Formats: sequence, structure tokens, C-alpha cells
Amino acid sequence: MDLLIAENVNKSFSSHKALTDISLSIPEGIIFGLLGPNGAGKTTFIRIINQIISPDSGQIILNGKKLNASHIEMIGYLPEERGLYKRMKVGEQAIYLAMLKGLSEKEARTRIKNWFIKFDIINWWDKKVEELSKGMQQKIQFIITILHHPKLLIFDEPFSGFDPINTNILKQEILNLRAEGSTIIFSTHNMGSVEEICDRIALINNSKKIMEGSVNEIKNNFRSEIFEIEYQPFNKSLDELLPKDFVLLSKKESSMGKIIRVKIPNESATNKLLEIMMNNSRIIRLQEIIPTMNEIFIQAVNAENNKIDHNE
Amino acid sequence: MNKIFLIIKREYLTRVKKKSFILMTILGPVIMASIMIVPIYIATKSASSKTVAIVDESGFFTEGFKGTKDLKFINLHMKIETAKDNYDRLGADMILYIPQPAYTFPSEIYIYSKKQPGMIAESYIRSSINDDLRQLRLKKRGISTDIIEEMKTSIDVSTIKLKDDGTEEESMATRDFILGLVGGILIYFFIFMYGAQVMRGVIEEKTSRIVEIIISSVRPFQLMMGKIVGVAMVGLTQFVLWVILTLSIVGSFQVAYYTQITDMKKQETLQLGQAIDPSNPLKVDIQKDTTSMAMEAISTINFPVIIGGFLFYFLFGYLLYAALFAAVGSAVDNETDTQQFMLPLTVPLILSIVMAQFIAGDPDGSVSFWFSIFPLTSPIAMMIRLPFGIPIWQVALSMSLLIGGFILATWFAGKVYRTGILMYGKKPSYKEVWKWFKQSN
Repeated sequence: MDLLIAENVNKSFSSHKALTDISLSIPEGIIFGLLGPNGAGKTTFIRIINQIISPDSGQIILNGKKLNASHIEMIGYLPEERGLYKRMKVGEQAIYLAMLKGLSEKEARTRIKNWFIKFDIINWWDKKVEELSKGMQQKIQFIITILHHPKLLIFDEPFSGFDPINTNILKQEILNLRAEGSTIIFSTHNMGSVEEICDRIALINNSKKIMEGSVNEIKNNFRSEIFEIEYQPFNKSLDELLPKDFVLLSKKESSMGKIIRVKIPNESATNKLLEIMMNNSRIIRLQEIIPTMNEIFIQAVNAENNKIDHNE
Repeated sequence: MNKIFLIIKREYLTRVKKKSFILMTILGPVIMASIMIVPIYIATKSASSKTVAIVDESGFFTEGFKGTKDLKFINLHMKIETAKDNYDRLGADMILYIPQPAYTFPSEIYIYSKKQPGMIAESYIRSSINDDLRQLRLKKRGISTDIIEEMKTSIDVSTIKLKDDGTEEESMATRDFILGLVGGILIYFFIFMYGAQVMRGVIEEKTSRIVEIIISSVRPFQLMMGKIVGVAMVGLTQFVLWVILTLSIVGSFQVAYYTQITDMKKQETLQLGQAIDPSNPLKVDIQKDTTSMAMEAISTINFPVIIGGFLFYFLFGYLLYAALFAAVGSAVDNETDTQQFMLPLTVPLILSIVMAQFIAGDPDGSVSFWFSIFPLTSPIAMMIRLPFGIPIWQVALSMSLLIGGFILATWFAGKVYRTGILMYGKKPSYKEVWKWFKQSN
């Protein structure tokens, strides 16, 4: 079942178009990556889900119902531009923010205490926020976001400002949340983390969605039939033996032997490649070069931008 | 509704717990009470009495001056040079030197003193000499002392207001003037102080980047109104505490010094009675005790109107301005950028306080009328006019326009606010703010 469905969502700010006909669906219980360069419209889309702003046209269905005020308590949102009241005490502030999400004071206090103990930060309770480092503040913001057990969690660039150790802790927590049944929207332009934790993604560029699907699906679509081969030749170099329709991309020497990159004409040509290799060399390694999400991202965005340039 | 209450509570508690609030709450009444108490205190514990040595070369003041409780006069029969040389041995605080006049009466008089003679002594001597000289001149023309005494009158003018219902009421222009000014200045002060607090609060939420976290839980309008109401309650708390503390300080002082004050009053009356010619009873009648006059002035104030008016104009004036201040705060990233937007807010406020004295001096003039009708100036201007007694339709018009202005300002501010709080980085122009206002959410 889809937890969130967006249907033809449009939004513009005066003359600037922020979202153009965005439609996408997010199944329940997955981590959904909302990707795109800066200014693509990700934050606008997230703000619409949070009912901070409303779309000019189109609609959002959340948990089977059109977006309405009762959904607010179902969502936990960690904005990209985030902070806390600097002069307020940590514990007091966490309780206040949790109560704004509908928790009772008692419930909020117990849950926050548990999380603070888990993260080993219970001695921060009576400190003022301004005494904490940025990373410490991020931890508290994270706790506040997930405290009310929201069905839908939205993290906008959650790892910015975190050191690698804390990034790892956070990643683990996000995966735990998915295991517990939460659906997570994960907005970022940092592709490294996407491959590791996202199940599905949508790529937004220039207010439009240009791609949507599972990470594996997309990677498959972007396979370009390129293989890297490391081998020790029997007598002739492999590159001299390849048929015409096989394109040699690069060759170099390695400590073990030689490395070449070959683009094969079609999928079934893999076997032909292997056959040539088997007959003429001792194979050390054969590996398909699958593009990283980062490469796909750059490729897709550039292609889209070129298309726009041509149209104009 | 529950959430807006949470916001109000937070805004209220964080401000009331601040050290600066506690300090102001204590310091304010102390200052106000001292303004009331110190003059009385000085009067009771008047400065130590001073001795004035007189060197009279003119021979006109041989009888000497009438001494008072604080001022003693002794006649010296020596040359001024000798007196000056022996200043330290005289034991006098100052030497009053009346030189031999060049022409019938003395025209120049000198006071020699090693310390400042003090304003009271100086003015007493000046008026005594003037009085005596006037009498001397009159006597010289053959006018008897009795006639001179009879000419000393002091008549109080009482203004009676003829009300439409036929009753009469003693009007007290001075009292109304003071009352109006104090009320107007208080409102001005409160609007500025607490309006600026709302603005600073909005900027704080914006710069600390907490605002987006909060408005994912509550509507921006709720956050704005919660802040405005919370700060208003801080203002009311401070005001009430000020009144209570001031009254209790003044009250306990009065209890402590009550006997002394009444003693002093009795003595004054006694002295007054002696000084006045008993054959002229008129004067004794008119000479009202200033304290009882003040009491009467205070007791005849129309308290329901003044207090009700004050609360209304304070509350709605504040609400109107606070909404606009919130809009200004939402538009900028830091306090220094507020300048350009503050101007349209501060101009009407400052203008009405600049005009305060004029309005109090001419409460029924057309300038006063328009100032007290226009919502941006009415909280101060109408408060100043209120004690003088204003036609009911004018008050009604002014109040409804203020409520209308408040609704309009809140609607406008709400629209600017919800876009403004999410805008970071560049300093917006008036044109952009107008765009935010027109933009659908």
C-alpha cells in the first residue's frame, strides 16, 4: 500500500516555478530518497507535505486521506534549516516541542529520558542549547523528530553537519526506524548515502520529476554494458583479438597483468567476451561497471538540462 | 487551541523568568516610589538650619528679617571687610551684605558664602527683601501698614464644568493634564517595549532556525499570535506588579512617617494662621491644604473610565503594533536590518508622543481629534484626551477604528509573516514584502 501519493502537484512563487506536475507514490515501510540538485524543489515539496505551504494545484493523499490538519501528528520532520531555542534548556525544550506534536507532558518526559539515556546525553538535560556543539544539537533535533512515533518521517539533508561516527549512528537509527515500520522520506543531494539506505528514489530537477523507481531498477536502466577485465595474456593482447563491434575504452598495465575496459554491443555479447578471454588469457577478474548513483544523478541532470537548453 | 496555549505559556514563562524582567520589575517601583517619597522626605527631614549674618549699611533692615525654622538671621554691626575677614569665626553660613544705596533704596545686595548658599535660602532672602522694600516704598508714600496687609490676597480660581445633564462638576485641568500625559506616556512606553520584544522573538526564532520545526506542528499564524499574546501577558504582569509594588512601598512609607507628616502639617497651619491677619477671614478659607486638595483631585477621578480606557488602548494599541512588529521581524534576518521597516511604525508612535503636550493642552481641538481617531496614533492620543471628558461617539469611533486597525494589521502581518519566516539570506525590499503579502499560501 502506498502511504503517500502526490498527484500533479504544482507550486510557484510569483514568477518562479518551484514544482511542475509532480506525481509520485511512496509505499509504506520503505526509505524513499528524494534527490535533486539545490533549488530543484525538494524542500518546497516537503513543506507541502508538512502543510507549511499549500500547492497551487494537485493534491497529496496521505494514509488514504487527503492532506489535512490531523496528519500533522503523523509526520516527523527534520528540516534542512534547523535549530533550537538557544537560551532554553535542552530537556525543557525537547518536552515543549514534543508537546506541540501532541504528546502529553508526562509521556514526552519519559520518552525523551529514554532516548537521552540511549544516546548517553542525559547529563545535557539542564544545559542551555547554546552550550552544545552543532553535532550535539543535531542529535537532539533528531530525537525530537522521531519522538512521537510518526508514521512518516521526513529528513531533509539529515547528515549535513555530522561527523562520520555520528553519521553512522544516525544511519543505523534510520534503518531501525524502517524496521519498526516507519516510512521515511530522505531528501539529499549526497548520493553516497542514497545507495546505502534508500529503497526507492525520485529525482527532481528544475521543478520536474525526471526519474522514479527502485534503486536497483534505476541502476539496471543505467547499465551501459561496460566491463573491466584484468588478465594475463597467453600471447596476444586481448584488445587485438576483440571483434569490431566491441569498443575498447581503455587499457593499462597492472601489477598482475593488464587491465582493459570494453563496451560490448549488447547484453548477450557477454558470453562472446568470456569465450575470447578464456581462449586467450588467464582471467584474474571480470567485472561489469555499474554506474554509481552519483554518476546516474549527474548524467540524468545534465541530460535534462541539455534538453532544456535545446528547447530554448 | 491547546497548542496555541502551549506557545503562550512558553513565551510567557521564558520572559518572566529572565533576570532582566525581575530586575525591571523591582527597579521600576523603587524608582517610581522614590519620585513620590523623596520630596516628602526632604520636606520632613529638611536640611539643617542655616545662619545668615547681615551687614546692613543701608540701615533699612535694622529690624532684621523674620527668621524661619531653617533660616536664622543675626545682625552684625561691623564693616563688610571685617566680616569677610572673620567669616570663619562668625559661625554663620553666609553673610548678607546690603551696601549703602547710591539712591534712596538699595538696589544691589550680595551674599558671601564659602559654601553654596542653597536655592531655598537664596530665594527666601530675595523675596523677603523685595517684600520689605515694597512695603518701605509704600510706607514712604504714606500708605498705612493695614492697607498694605489687606492688599495681600491670593485667590484660587475654580473651574466648574456644566454638564449636559444639568449637574456641575469641578473640573481640574491640571489633574487631567497630568493624568492624560502619564497614561499616554505609559502606553507609548509599553507598546514600544513589548512590541520590540515580539519582533526580537520572531527574529530569534528565525535566526536560530527553529521556526520550521515549530511550524511543522502549528500554523504560522498560531505561532505569531501565541507570541503576541504571551508577550502581552508579560506586559500586563509587569504593569500589575509595578502598581502593587509602588503602592505598597509608598503605603508602608506613609504608615512609617504618618505622625511626622501630620505634625508638620499642623505646624504649617499654625504658622500660616499666625502670619495671616485674623481680620481677613476670606484668605483663611481659600487657603486650602495642598494635601487635601490632591486627595480631592484623586478621589474625583473617573476611575472606571480611565482604567477601562487605559486597558483598552494599551491592549489593542499593543496588539496592533505587535502584529506589525512581528511582520517586520519575520522579514529580516537580524535586528540591524529592521531599520528600513521600523520607520513607518515608529513615526506615528513618536509623533503622537511629541504631540502629547499639545493634545493635553487643547484636548478638543481638531488636531487632537484626528490623532485620537487614527488607529496608529489613537492609543496614545485618546488616552491623553480621555481624562478631560470626551463625547461618547468619539470614543466609540476611535475604539472601533482601533479594533478594525488591529484586525487589518493582524491579517496583513499574518500573510507577510508566514512567508517571511521561511526566507533566509537576502534583505528584502518593500516590494518583495508586498509580494509575500499578495502571494497565496
